[in-house]
Amino acid sequence: MTIETDPKIINENPFSYFSKDFENVKVSVKNLEAYFGKNKVLKNINLDIPEKKVVAIIGPSGCGKSTFLRCINRMHEVIGGRITGSITLDGENIMDIDPVLIRKKIGMVFQKPNPFPTMSIANNVVAGLKLNGFRNRKALNEIVEKSLKQAALWDEVKDNLNESGANISGGQQQRLCIARTIAVNPEVILMDEPASALDPISTAKIEELIFELKKDFTIVIVTHNMQQAARVSDYTAFLYMGELIEFAETKKMFTSPEKKQTEDYITGRFG
Amino acid sequence: MEIKSFRKKITFLRRKTTNVVMLSVSFFAAFVTIVPLIFIFYYTISKGITHLNLNFFIKLPKPVGETGGGMVNAIMGTFILILIGGGIGIPVGILSGTYLAEFGHNKFGATVRFFADVLSGIPSIVVGVVAYTLVVIPMKHFSALAGGIALAILMIPIVTRTTEEMINLVPHSFREAGLALGIPKWKIILMIVLKTAWKGIATGVLLGVSRAAGETAPLLFTALGNRFWSTSFFQPIASLSVYIYEYASAPYKDWNDQAWTAALVLILLISLLSLIFRIITRSKYKKS
Repeated sequence: MTIETDPKIINENPFSYFSKDFENVKVSVKNLEAYFGKNKVLKNINLDIPEKKVVAIIGPSGCGKSTFLRCINRMHEVIGGRITGSITLDGENIMDIDPVLIRKKIGMVFQKPNPFPTMSIANNVVAGLKLNGFRNRKALNEIVEKSLKQAALWDEVKDNLNESGANISGGQQQRLCIARTIAVNPEVILMDEPASALDPISTAKIEELIFELKKDFTIVIVTHNMQQAARVSDYTAFLYMGELIEFAETKKMFTSPEKKQTEDYITGRFG
Repeated sequence: MEIKSFRKKITFLRRKTTNVVMLSVSFFAAFVTIVPLIFIFYYTISKGITHLNLNFFIKLPKPVGETGGGMVNAIMGTFILILIGGGIGIPVGILSGTYLAEFGHNKFGATVRFFADVLSGIPSIVVGVVAYTLVVIPMKHFSALAGGIALAILMIPIVTRTTEEMINLVPHSFREAGLALGIPKWKIILMIVLKTAWKGIATGVLLGVSRAAGETAPLLFTALGNRFWSTSFFQPIASLSVYIYEYASAPYKDWNDQAWTAALVLILLISLLSLIFRIITRSKYKKS
């Protein structure tokens, strides 16, 4: 069940650990600073996220990982944060786009599975479409099947699509949430510790899924689990105390990190 | 060594006794809680059942001195008063509760919350006087509308506060999930938050309706009462609660008995309403 980092990727991008070297930059973060009230949570973050790759963000608790992730689709506003600097999606500043639109393009999966309990499994999958006025029944049914298949959940739930989304196991719920995010057909998927509330088997399934999903989506994943970062990601960013300490190819990051702090963290000396 | 183990035994015994005593006390308190309700049901049913017949539901009250008759006008009146009171009070209460929970984390919200709490503590007879001043005096006569408005004033704080509390119980993660899917906030509130909190809100509504159905004091100077059939919003109207008050304090045995029947019918109506609400708001999915 373990997933190795694809060696091809490393060969294809001989040495691209400085962000500007990416060929296709999907999301570009420049001089990003984030505040909650007077509290500065992120300090001068610069990093580019390449298209259709998985970028893992690691770092100790409270380092600003989740805040950083939320800034990318303006979910920081929901919890009362504000940012300076710029984040662009395909060159367009996200702060110039309506938050509702940006979140359709940049979806998010949360730490705790949160399917809507009042909706059936099928309706959970297409909630984003239905609540935005998409009514074509046939197309919706197709999207339900396609998204659930993509989220590797179809075989487990195909016979009870009309049951409540809250009555399946935690791991299944999380894959349902991923299916729900995919159904909107975003370009980028943000995952905030998507497997931290799940058992090892469900975790392995989610990791496998991430590996499949990067064919179609750009993925940014925050994780506490360094092995997970090593397994699923192409690039890893290490955040510490709101600063980006190092951003490199995952393989390089976990074998020969540039900075001492990174090495200390991945070898478990602090954090 | 022996003394130590003896002490241990004593402590253990003491703890066990304390446990038994406290458990019995709280069990007794719990029992006391249900006793009044049992008495209420027992007396109302045993005294009210004697006059409970079809006539009660289809006939008008008889003049003083004649026995028999019914209270069809009062049953209809109670319905109309609830209709007016609920028609104003329920939407205002639900909407203001939604506002308080979703947008009311500011000074205005805190003020509204405080006023709603004060309003729910105001004696209902005072509310009746207010409705009298606001509606009866300008209209120059008593009316069902005035009674309904008085009841609405009583219902609003109950519905508002329960709605707010029920919406606050909906986990924030559902809202975030909706936002992350690119759903506009108003749709999240309407289709996700209110839908999840619906059952609790319905309980609040029912609480408000039951309170309104049982209120007598605010109706005395607003709806007044009426011994004849009336469904007009602009005429005085009869109600079960006012009839209970009048009939129970009248010096005629027959009226006193009918008051008990009216009380029984009122309780039955509220229970029926409660049952209907339960069925309507029953969840589509079984609890896991």
